[in-house]
Amino acid sequence: MSHNMLLVFELTILVLAIFLGFEVISKVPTLLHTPLMSGTNAIHGIVVAGAMIVLASGHKGPFVWVIGFLAVVLGSANVVGGFVVTDRMLEMFKKREAAKPVDASQDGKGGS
Amino acid sequence: MSTNLSDLLYLIPIVTFILALRFLSSPAHARRGNQIGAAGMLVAIAVTWVKAGGASWWAVVIAMVIGGGFGAVAARKVRMTAMPQMVALFNGVGGGAAALIALAELHRFLPPPGRPHIDVLTAIALSGLIGAISFAGSMVAFAKLQELIGGRPITYPGQNVGNVVLLAGLVAFAVALAAGVQDQWLLWIVVGGGALFGVLFVLPIGGADMPVVISLLNAFTGLAVAIGGFELENNVLIVAGMLVGASGTLLTLLMSKAMNRSVANLLFGAFGQVSAEAAAIAAGGQGGGTVRSASAEDVAVMLAYAHKVVFVPGYGLAVAQAQHDVRQLADLLEAKGVEVSYAIHPVAGRMPGHMNVLLAEANVPYPQLKEMDEANPEFSRTDVAVVVGANDVVNPDARSNQGSPIYGMPILNVDDSQAVVVLKRSMNPGFAGIENPLFYNPKTVMLFGDAKESIDKLIADVKTL
Repeated sequence: MSHNMLLVFELTILVLAIFLGFEVISKVPTLLHTPLMSGTNAIHGIVVAGAMIVLASGHKGPFVWVIGFLAVVLGSANVVGGFVVTDRMLEMFKKREAAKPVDASQDGKGGS
Repeated sequence: MSTNLSDLLYLIPIVTFILALRFLSSPAHARRGNQIGAAGMLVAIAVTWVKAGGASWWAVVIAMVIGGGFGAVAARKVRMTAMPQMVALFNGVGGGAAALIALAELHRFLPPPGRPHIDVLTAIALSGLIGAISFAGSMVAFAKLQELIGGRPITYPGQNVGNVVLLAGLVAFAVALAAGVQDQWLLWIVVGGGALFGVLFVLPIGGADMPVVISLLNAFTGLAVAIGGFELENNVLIVAGMLVGASGTLLTLLMSKAMNRSVANLLFGAFGQVSAEAAAIAAGGQGGGTVRSASAEDVAVMLAYAHKVVFVPGYGLAVAQAQHDVRQLADLLEAKGVEVSYAIHPVAGRMPGHMNVLLAEANVPYPQLKEMDEANPEFSRTDVAVVVGANDVVNPDARSNQGSPIYGMPILNVDDSQAVVVLKRSMNPGFAGIENPLFYNPKTVMLFGDAKESIDKLIADVKTL
């Protein structure tokens, strides 16, 4: 693929991703906005893939190597931290789902 | 691995990320979605590993162990109440990584003959700039939320003008870079200046506006990562980054709508900077009214003999970690036949949906959580509204005082109920630094002290009734 074709192709996916993002995220209830933010936070941790590519090309000089190394450190902190925090949050939402039938008798009045 | 094959395999993480977001539409399978997303991330890392082809592999491993280890420990240890700053921190490091990639990529092309295309240069300049802003801005947000620096807006004369000039200068440098002035220093200036701009840009924003800032910085990092995908010709970075960019933008708009202020006003209005006029009105109001403070016993009686009690949680609940105690008190009241619900303002707390997460931790049943539109009509038939560490979201000045910085923001109308109990540490104005006439309302009684201790006292007293 020529460079220009590739660019047009990449721009196309970029624009489609914007619309897809709006579409998917508008279905997330307010209740889950914090996990949404934290979950998307983990997803942009994909930057670690870019950082790995940079570090692997590090034989081109110590500068690129050091920068790439730092980028992989930051990127992997982003990925691991992001997914673990989100999992901890969502775990609580799930637990309550199970606890709900038990509570139902008590809060018949408060509920609905 | 050929580029075609790796691009094909990259479709796996792309699909899992989209599924992860789709699964967030219901709490029932949200966690599964997150796990699918994490699995997709592992695939992306494995494919990249093979594609990158073994060079410096030990360095990659060491860097991942350091970064991943830090991320895992920090994420496991953090208390649920400190989530917003953790999200800000992880957001910042992602932005930092994107800026570093830009620096390394430009260096790879220098010195000539490696002359990159203009679009690659544009991408390098942009992701360097946006990534740096996101990194530094998130670190300031982290420091504010962690209360390493004051939550109040920090302002100085010529702030907005200075910021605009700085940003314009940085954009000019970025354009020069994209146009082909190939000098590594130019990018260092763009990245360093971007970091400075990030600090100056977040510093004046008050603590109460943090949900908006964090959403926006999240969008910035996503955007920087997506643009990084153009530098590296990597589709998964483009799609994943842009999904996050769209999500952060949407949340930012939702938040500013909930506060009835434009995004521009939120970001450049140095919110919480009390205008002289508003201060005068507030002072006048204070002169006329007095604050009634009550003992825990009095409040316990009010609650136990009420028909309907609504809890209004705010950031103070998070700070005091009182969510479990509130739940316990609510259970106790329900056992006595009191109808209990929770009214949740969209911007209560320090990030979107913050209160929902805390109350979820305390296992509060969903049907008791009422959003603002649902909660407001109910206050008129509520006997006691209990405000736990909330301030601005129940401030009647938002309805009536045109000089108030929060004028026009929709609030929870707790003053419609028969009585209001405010649990508060002291009479100091809240995080945002705005006076609240609710405290001087004759219907209101104040229960001073740490929210958790106060609630515990209430529990003990209600039990004896």
